Amino acid sequence: MTGEGATRPAPSVRATAADLSAALERGETTSVAITRAHLDRIAEVDGAVHAFLQVDTEGALRDAAASDERRAAGSSYGPLDGIPIAVKDVLATRGLPTTCGSRILEGWVPPYDATVVARLRAAGLPILGKTNMDEFAMGSSTEHSAFGPTHNPWDLDRIPGGSGGGSAAAVAAYEAPFAIGTDTGGSIRQPGAVTGTVGVKPTYGGVSRYGLIALANSLDQAGPVTRTVLDAALLHEVIGGHDPLDSTSIDRPLPALLDATRQGADGDLTGVRIGVVRELGGEGYQAGVLARFEDSVELMTKAGAEVVEVSCPHFVHALATYYLILPAEASSNLARFDAMRYGLRVTPAGDPSAEDVMRATREAGFGDEVKRRIILGTYALSSGYYDAYYGQAQKVRTLVARDFEAAFERADVLVSPTAPTTAFKIGEKVDDPLAMYLNDLATIPANLSGVPGISIPSGLADEDGLPAGVQILAPAMADDRVYRVGAALEALLAQEWGGSLLDQAPPLGEGAGLRPSGDQGAGA
Amino acid sequence: MPETSEHTGAPEDGRAAVEQPTLSREEVAHLADLARIDLSDAELDHLAPQLSVILDSIASIQGVAGDDVPPTSHALPLTNVFRDDVVRPGLTAEEALSGAPEVEQQRFKVPRILGDEQ
Repeated sequence: MTGEGATRPAPSVRATAADLSAALERGETTSVAITRAHLDRIAEVDGAVHAFLQVDTEGALRDAAASDERRAAGSSYGPLDGIPIAVKDVLATRGLPTTCGSRILEGWVPPYDATVVARLRAAGLPILGKTNMDEFAMGSSTEHSAFGPTHNPWDLDRIPGGSGGGSAAAVAAYEAPFAIGTDTGGSIRQPGAVTGTVGVKPTYGGVSRYGLIALANSLDQAGPVTRTVLDAALLHEVIGGHDPLDSTSIDRPLPALLDATRQGADGDLTGVRIGVVRELGGEGYQAGVLARFEDSVELMTKAGAEVVEVSCPHFVHALATYYLILPAEASSNLARFDAMRYGLRVTPAGDPSAEDVMRATREAGFGDEVKRRIILGTYALSSGYYDAYYGQAQKVRTLVARDFEAAFERADVLVSPTAPTTAFKIGEKVDDPLAMYLNDLATIPANLSGVPGISIPSGLADEDGLPAGVQILAPAMADDRVYRVGAALEALLAQEWGGSLLDQAPPLGEGAGLRPSGDQGAGA
Repeated sequence: MPETSEHTGAPEDGRAAVEQPTLSREEVAHLADLARIDLSDAELDHLAPQLSVILDSIASIQGVAGDDVPPTSHALPLTNVFRDDVVRPGLTAEEALSGAPEVEQQRFKVPRILGDEQ
């Protein structure tokens, strides 16, 4: 496994996937060297960050060596062949444990790959490991993981967002060039916002859900977690597109995402109509988050965009709608964890029936948030309450979709802050479910209507110096628009900052000083 | 959705739920029972008030949409998806059973499925 890779200078873990791809193309480095550099970085910092639930050192290096052999033989699988990646632990990986952050799946080794994972392998990407998440993706802070929280690389006392806090933190801490996340109500975009990274929720049906362990099947969507818009487009083109194994997969070609990204990268937005959603801002949003959002809108205006204010009056009901539809679907989807075919089995004393075993296993295997949502969903679906709750939520879902339709008649894309606040302290909201739910205020409408969205860093909030994000939404199947506008805004902001926002992050200490506390920058 | 048809003792008229969006400890215990989750007394003490707060908040949705608004169950306009009925590779029995808590004779082994009185 050493060989050639070790004789060349180790590549910087700060390089983007696009840069690493170019370096591989020029023969300046090898996949083994790149993969080893990231595994070393994981060994160095993940004790403090805890982005990973599982690191597959052997598998990643094996796949990296195979990639180098292909490249040497002139039979590379494509631009990302040999670039290592991290995968959220909600996607099935053949031969690699998959837990969804839950005790009920602890130790389960899937006998098959999710389609997203199969496509990563087919494109030659070594998988570094599986990233931490709120249990079954239920949460906005990654504190609901049964295996302990992930820490925000900007401040280890703070949350990295959720549910995909592990993927976002891994990318922000340079443990992986990029990662796969999943977004049911904001679980890619909100962690992106609070860690200063880029996250894309593709159009519902644009990326296969086969092997994505369902939380809410009408809302779940996998997508890229990266440090740049270009890397997201490169990754999206690998994982996206029709999959016959997912009956909700869209049987149409993906829009040209890379072309759109390159078009946007010159920062010109002449003629693009940008709609500011009146209902996604104001009360409940942190002042510093709003200030950075307004800066972004101003930059886009200067770059030629036509900015209009749009109203989506039913968005104020989106959160309540979501917290009826999601628990209803989750209570049904999580019925599969019954202790019979896979996962945990707890057998009570005596001569227990299958049902007794199920009850005991689900009590022991599920955490509080999962229990809350299953019970809530069972209530919303139960006879006598169905029309008042689940039925009503389905109708409001229609009204939210109509709001989007009307808004997209006046604007090509819609923009808002991604999350109402910057990263809060670990423990601050963990036992206040409603306060936790509010983190997804701005991201949920897109999931209800299946439209694509991106979050890119908008700057640091004045009051706490922590990252904030701006969200760009487009109509279904117009994912290219979020890439074009995202790439343009990213370029405009980089000019202002003289680099990326992550360049401003306090360094994660090297070795000794590294521990979960506020002074992680010391000595680095 | 196996639990949808089971009766929770709620009034048949959905509107009655509007006025009392709280969940008693007993109701939570009953719902947990329907969802096949044992809850300890301590968990019931902890979860029941939290669920009432959540329910109170999401109950605001009632009355937002009129009777003329059609429901949306899915973001995509879905039609049936078919494929040709041809044999294709799947998991082997060994792979399918690889995560099973208990296996016997190439089958999932489960606890007894009949109750005492059945």
